[in-house]
Amino acid sequence: MPGKGRAMLLSRFAESLYWAGRYLERAEATARLVRVHTELFLDLPRAAGVGWSPLLAVTGAGEEFLGRHTGPDEDDVVAFLAIDPKNRGSILASIAQATVSLQLSRVLLPTASFEVVTKLHDWAAASSAEAIDRRTRLDWMDEVIGRCQLLAGSLAGTMCDDEAYGFLQIGRYLERADMTIRVLDVQAGILVGQPAEDAGGEPYHDLTWMSVLRSLAAHQMFRRSQGSGVPGPAAVRFLLREERFPRSVEFCLASTARALAQLPRAALPLAGCAQVRARLRDLQPAEVDTPGELHELADDLESGIGALHDELARTYFRLEAAPPAVVEPAEIRI
Amino acid sequence: MTTRAEAHWNGYQSPGFFDEMLVGGGARTACEGVIRYLAGLGDDLLERQRAAELAIKAMGITFAVYSDADNTDRSWPFDVIPRVISTQEWTAISAGLVQRLTALNMFIDDLYGSARVVADGVLPREVLASSKNFRPQCVGVKPRGGVWAHVCGSDLVRDRDGTVYVLEDNLRVPSGVSYMMENRLITKRVFADLFRDLDIHPVDSYPHRLRELLAALSQRDGDWPTIAVLTPGAFNSAYFEHVFLARQMGAHLAEGGDLVVESDDCVYLRTVSGPVRVDVIYRRIDDLWLDPEAFRPDSLVGVPGLMRAWRAGNVAIANAPGAGVADDKVIYAFVPELIRYYLSEEPKIANVPTYLCHDDLARGHVLANLDELVVKPANESGGMGVFVGSFASQAEKEAMRLRIEADPRNHIAQPILALSTAPTLCDGRVVPRHVDLRPFILSGEQPYVTQGGLTRVALTEGSLVVNSSQGGGSKDTWVLDPTMSAVRLDGTHAR
Repeated sequence: MPGKGRAMLLSRFAESLYWAGRYLERAEATARLVRVHTELFLDLPRAAGVGWSPLLAVTGAGEEFLGRHTGPDEDDVVAFLAIDPKNRGSILASIAQATVSLQLSRVLLPTASFEVVTKLHDWAAASSAEAIDRRTRLDWMDEVIGRCQLLAGSLAGTMCDDEAYGFLQIGRYLERADMTIRVLDVQAGILVGQPAEDAGGEPYHDLTWMSVLRSLAAHQMFRRSQGSGVPGPAAVRFLLREERFPRSVEFCLASTARALAQLPRAALPLAGCAQVRARLRDLQPAEVDTPGELHELADDLESGIGALHDELARTYFRLEAAPPAVVEPAEIRI
Repeated sequence: MTTRAEAHWNGYQSPGFFDEMLVGGGARTACEGVIRYLAGLGDDLLERQRAAELAIKAMGITFAVYSDADNTDRSWPFDVIPRVISTQEWTAISAGLVQRLTALNMFIDDLYGSARVVADGVLPREVLASSKNFRPQCVGVKPRGGVWAHVCGSDLVRDRDGTVYVLEDNLRVPSGVSYMMENRLITKRVFADLFRDLDIHPVDSYPHRLRELLAALSQRDGDWPTIAVLTPGAFNSAYFEHVFLARQMGAHLAEGGDLVVESDDCVYLRTVSGPVRVDVIYRRIDDLWLDPEAFRPDSLVGVPGLMRAWRAGNVAIANAPGAGVADDKVIYAFVPELIRYYLSEEPKIANVPTYLCHDDLARGHVLANLDELVVKPANESGGMGVFVGSFASQAEKEAMRLRIEADPRNHIAQPILALSTAPTLCDGRVVPRHVDLRPFILSGEQPYVTQGGLTRVALTEGSLVVNSSQGGGSKDTWVLDPTMSAVRLDGTHAR
């Protein structure tokens, strides 16, 4: 008998867990971006002209930012990305939305994990001023990353690997894949382009592409898996296809497919996922060698993930309700 | 005991009231160990209160208070000093509650059946005819075992002379049981050493017992019924509790939109696997909002067709729709008679003497003595609309007089009880505050009464309003046997 002895997941909870996964991942990823960019900024000479706009581009919020500010001033950009409640993608707003989503589905979460969420939210809101000041910024970002990982660990260590956990994981992995693709897209010039003469020359060029890897927590793992040689295209391939690196696009999609395979009625979402992976598998060497082609590849991957998201929503989140029958209210007297 | 240690308790007295813990400057027998320990804590008591508040925040225990402008969740208001009841007293009270619920369920079943109680002249026909919570849609339905009110949270109070009264029965959607259990988790965190030395009865079997009760209501064979807790949603003041119970029972937590009644008159959950049939619904939505087809058509939190499915016997609902008919405070006045009528027994717990304003003689008495009475609307809950004569201004009394004369059927009056007090920590001092007690009674194949219940406390000096929805606080309630407990506590935490 289908479902015998198994708790079925309500569609409403599936959706809120999926979003909780996405927002938690976004908070952690954005903290890492800001952290790494701050360190890079401290190392580079002012003449290098590295500003804060690439961060806005990666998070896809450049237009919204420029609508409210005159230019990409450091404090403004960091405040916008870290604590601006009006920027839905800011670290604080992401944590708040993840907390609300988890609150809505808390009935499914281990109590101890829920305490971790509550504490993360309270801490981030109370200490938000520390996110801006350069003296405290790096520590604050580290703390965000650490607490997000504490939550991920608490869930992984105490929650059944069931449908509810599956949707959390799918949300996390799709957001992570998205972030990796957007970083590649925005930083394509640094990774596979020619070093610009006026940007301070060779040593600084190394510094910037290394920091791109760091912003995805990929630098050390890339180094361990890579020999000598031209690092740019190899790094791009690593971020796209390294099946053992947990932030590569392939790893994220493979994990998504594994989680989907545990879910009922997963044929269409699985097909969507397989399509994006096929695009990755059939990669031509030229596509990772020049910034222009890399942009196109990134566009393809992003729209593939977008389509996968839509398919998830169609299959699991929006079960059509029969319209309620219209019946006269019964008389409540005797 | 050092002077410093005594400071917070110094001069504690509760003149004119029965105090639950102390009498004549000393501890009541059941409370000796606890009081000695607490007094020995000195300033550490304040530290424990802070620790409790931190734990509440970390555990995310919240309660929405409707009077807040933005209706947001507040941390659960909690007083760290427990309220103690002896096992001996509790055993007698439990028996009285089981007796009461047995009679009430027989009464509800009778009302929606042959209404023998009316034919026999025990309950006047006009009382039933004008009862707001009587649901004609339920006539003729036969819930399993004749039980309609599966879960009841009766409010108990103690008067000046120590007599315990049932103040009201809450048979519709009584709330508070999760707070009873969370309060225990908190006191275990902050008074771990006391639990080692006293035999405090545990309270955490409630969700298990509730699950067993609900599972037994399933109409289908098999040992894996699908149970859903039906909640109005995250904006309801008791949402925390709905989450708590669903989680503890391993039940689905469903909102109206998660459920659908199909053309086969069965109820289904919308899940990622497609529709899944529901066997039992523990509903935390009031009757009128339960099903827009049968009751209020504007209800957005209900499930269209739910009553159809229930009447067809395809889903069990606890509490059964219509069970709230006995929450009517006019019917409350008849409960002692109902116990005698159905069980041929004398009531084991007293009812508060109640004047029914639709009776001319009683109304005359009420209007002439408003100063000394509490007047209540017959069908409100959460302490809404309660008038306390001794606190009312002349204008308020006049307004109440007009309301009673306009709608006598919906007003009852009772003497103002001198609610008992319990030591409560306020602004660094231990002071007497009025308390009540809400135990929870499960009426399944085997009746079950919680060990103690939720003690609610009016945090403002002299106030009698303990309702959580009006800003009251709460205490953990310890039922313990003073003759069994090894009272070894000397304040040094040594065993």
